Amino acid sequence: MMLDNSLALRRPFRDRSFGVVRKLARVNWLFVLCVCLLAGVGYTALYSAAGGSPQPYAQSQIIRFFGMLVMMLGIAMVDIRFIAKLSWPAYGVGILLLVVVMLAGHTGLGAKRWIDLGPIEIQPSELMKLFLAMALASYFQRATPEQTGSLLYVAPMALAVLIPVGLILKEPNLGTAVITGTIGAMVMLGAGVRWWWFAIIVAIIAVSAPVLYHHLHDYQKARIDTFLNPGADPLGAGYNIIQSKIALGSGGFFGQGYLHGTQNQLNFLPEKQTDFVFTIIAEEFGYLGSLAVLGLLFSIVALALYTAVTCSHAYGRLVALGIGTNFFLYCFVNLSMVMGLIPVGGVPIPLISYGGSALTAVMLGFGVLQSIHVHRDVTFASPDDL
Amino acid sequence: MRRAAKDRSAFSRRALLIGAGQGAVFAGIAGKLYNLQVTQHGKYALLAEQNSISERLVAPERGLITDRFGTILAGNQQHWRALFMQALAPEPQAVLENFYKLVPLSDDEKARITQDLQDRPGYIPVLLKDWLDWPDMAAIEVNTPNLPGIVVEAGASRIYPLGPTAAHVVGYVGRPNQNEAKTDPVLSLPGMRVGRTGAEDAQDGPLRGAPGFVQTETNVHGEVVREVAHDNGTPGQTVTLGLDAGLQNLAVQGLAGNAGAVVMLDATNGEILAMASTPAFDPALFDRGVPSATWAGWMADAKHPLQNKATSGLFAPGSTFKPTVALAAMKAGLLSADTILTCPGSFTLGNHVFWCDNHVAHGSINVTQALTVSCDVFFYQVALMAGIDKIADMAATLGLGTDLGADLPHVSPGLVPTLEWARSKNIHWAQGNTVVQGIGQGYTQLTPLALATMMARIATGTAVGPHITRRVGGVLQTGAAPTDWPALNVDDRDLATIRQAMFDVVNTPRGTAYASRLQLPNAQMAGKTGTAQVHNNSAAEKQKNFNDMTMAWEQRPNALFIGFAPYDNPRYAIAVVVEHGNFGAQAAAPIAQAMMTYAIQHDPSGRDTPLTQPLQSTTPALPVNNT
Repeated sequence: MMLDNSLALRRPFRDRSFGVVRKLARVNWLFVLCVCLLAGVGYTALYSAAGGSPQPYAQSQIIRFFGMLVMMLGIAMVDIRFIAKLSWPAYGVGILLLVVVMLAGHTGLGAKRWIDLGPIEIQPSELMKLFLAMALASYFQRATPEQTGSLLYVAPMALAVLIPVGLILKEPNLGTAVITGTIGAMVMLGAGVRWWWFAIIVAIIAVSAPVLYHHLHDYQKARIDTFLNPGADPLGAGYNIIQSKIALGSGGFFGQGYLHGTQNQLNFLPEKQTDFVFTIIAEEFGYLGSLAVLGLLFSIVALALYTAVTCSHAYGRLVALGIGTNFFLYCFVNLSMVMGLIPVGGVPIPLISYGGSALTAVMLGFGVLQSIHVHRDVTFASPDDL
Repeated sequence: MRRAAKDRSAFSRRALLIGAGQGAVFAGIAGKLYNLQVTQHGKYALLAEQNSISERLVAPERGLITDRFGTILAGNQQHWRALFMQALAPEPQAVLENFYKLVPLSDDEKARITQDLQDRPGYIPVLLKDWLDWPDMAAIEVNTPNLPGIVVEAGASRIYPLGPTAAHVVGYVGRPNQNEAKTDPVLSLPGMRVGRTGAEDAQDGPLRGAPGFVQTETNVHGEVVREVAHDNGTPGQTVTLGLDAGLQNLAVQGLAGNAGAVVMLDATNGEILAMASTPAFDPALFDRGVPSATWAGWMADAKHPLQNKATSGLFAPGSTFKPTVALAAMKAGLLSADTILTCPGSFTLGNHVFWCDNHVAHGSINVTQALTVSCDVFFYQVALMAGIDKIADMAATLGLGTDLGADLPHVSPGLVPTLEWARSKNIHWAQGNTVVQGIGQGYTQLTPLALATMMARIATGTAVGPHITRRVGGVLQTGAAPTDWPALNVDDRDLATIRQAMFDVVNTPRGTAYASRLQLPNAQMAGKTGTAQVHNNSAAEKQKNFNDMTMAWEQRPNALFIGFAPYDNPRYAIAVVVEHGNFGAQAAAPIAQAMMTYAIQHDPSGRDTPLTQPLQSTTPALPVNNT
């Protein structure tokens, strides 16, 4: 053990202890299988959303997915120590993109969340969640319990979380802002920051919520109002919730049969191919279908945690925790929204919903996750090397 | 390295806690999904069903009414209307409020809509507004997201190309009232109309048709996604009336603003060729709703524009009743063509003096001469000879004072008194009552339709009944063939005598209607004038002529004329009444002259296609070379 470490200390970046083939063998293929299965679920649902046609959703989405799968495996081959070096530059780029979006939003029409990069459309806030986790992990990877217990040591990272959260709120995108903040909190929690500090922050937020509410955009307020009282705005967002619940409920235990869900086929839900795609599965395949999808989603969350727990270095552990949390939060927010448990928030369900941005961001994260898994046993050198 | 291991185990503890928390959240989601999908499945499945497909009934297009040659008398014109499907609106009241902001409606209309929304099942849309104009439609289009359940669709409104000219005979339609809508749900469909008078009423059944339906799928906003099925229903059948629009126009022109009525029949089968009643009204107003000021105007009008005087206007027939009196006496064998009676200018019964017209003494005359000069004293005596009941019998035979079975609503049978009737009414029947009966005064009250029927029966010797409908859906109706009608129970020689006398009325210089004889080479009209007193003249007035132009309009006598043509082969019979028109010969006969000329030239009797060239035109037609 001593020997390994001394070797690593001497040649940190020339440590090519295994080649691409061995690296591929070390990829968590069970994880990749779950991801592919979810993409298959997505294809099935989008095929149905188009009334039984690969156009216009399913085919383009599956092609995009395979592109992203290759990208994911490509990233998995990249040494995690190299990725770790990119943490803060990536964070900086993320902030920059958010600012660009914000400025572009002023010249554009209404809310602007997208940046068009040729074939790939990217929502900077999606990228920001990954970059934030990487930056925090990079900061905390060598922190001692004394340091994580020091407010002075943690405070800069609290700021590093609040800056992107504030920018995303400004976009405005309430759902993603909350998710980003939660990811930051989880990574910090994993790094050993005292849990009761978070309890205090949660308490402060709860108290100041009415003030925050006052500063929300009207449509964000409307979403919250609708959530609190769906009957008040039956044709607005509340109606989506009602229709979504009807779709879920009419599925029953075995479902109405593939391509036979009336709510889906009759277009009762706007955006059903994006935010409400889960209702298609639930309506047409019933509770059994819902459970299968839930199982797959949780498998991914669990496998991400497994990667985190089995990783030998703190950077990998923290980033894996952040990526797993991100995916979990996607699922939680989307499913809760579909079931009418939380306000509608424009959060898709990753790998199933139609759309490029969420898919790109999630697969990018999975690439980093697999890089962590492949490089779970590498050793990080001294702080000077990073 | 010890620290690294310690860090790792600390992280693993926290990570496992987080993982357990996430697992618990997934379990919670699974549990909530079970509740939604399995436990509450029944509730949501029902909601889903209500959501998806809605069916609404569509009013069928009302059938056309045409004249015998296909001229449209009542048709349909497309307009746009806003309907409301409350089933598609999550909050109907809010949607209505939004609609009222865009398209202001009167409080009455709003109340009607609220009532309709309560009364009607979901598949029947409620009419919000008919005849949308472009600003209204644009406003509704633009605000569609705020108006779920509101549909703009093409509807048909009833139009009457002839307008007031044929208003009474064609009739009009109106919105069904609440009671009608309750008994027949189809009637509660927007756009459904019920015939209220005339042929629209008489043929309401065939004209209505059967409703269709539209099945639509609707989305979350209550907007129609697509039509699943569409059935236009069965449009109402076309009803072809026996009317001839040319004659109808001529009749109204002839009445020229006077209050009055004209009925022309095809004497061979009783088909109504023209039926005018003036003043009239615009029947299209009823489809849209009559403005209250217009309605008040009609109600206040002494000339009763809404009344069809041809079928329900009751007039003393005056001298036009004399042929009936003569025929009654002839049938009883009390009078023949050769019977001579004396007219000294007045007739005294007891201590009451009955004057002849203008106090003229006609001397010794027979029935032909008496009719030609319209001698009153002659018929005073004939009436007394025949008696009231025999006159009533003959009147009924000729179609007077009895139910004619006409296919029109609101046809009054009129009244020809009998002794039994007098007893039932507690009227002491004196001889004097019978005397005035001889000249069509007193209690006798008849409609122009009945007078025309009497004329047709005398002209043809056939007991034709007046009717308006010639074809329904193209099928010729019973009664269109002359052989559908029985022979009249009157001796042909008696009829010939009367016809001869009526020929003399029009075609001899002594005759009262000589000025209105036909100016045609080989067709003559026969007829009888009438000038019926409507006012109980004072003793002073009786010393003068009672038909004095100095009298107030409503006290002047009615002018009447009945006639038929051609004399030698009767096909057309007419009755004209000009209210308070003074002299029948001056006010009524010229209308008959014009219409008979037209009828003989265009000869609509029995035809479904008009003649391309008028018969017997005043300028002789060149011989047609048929090779």
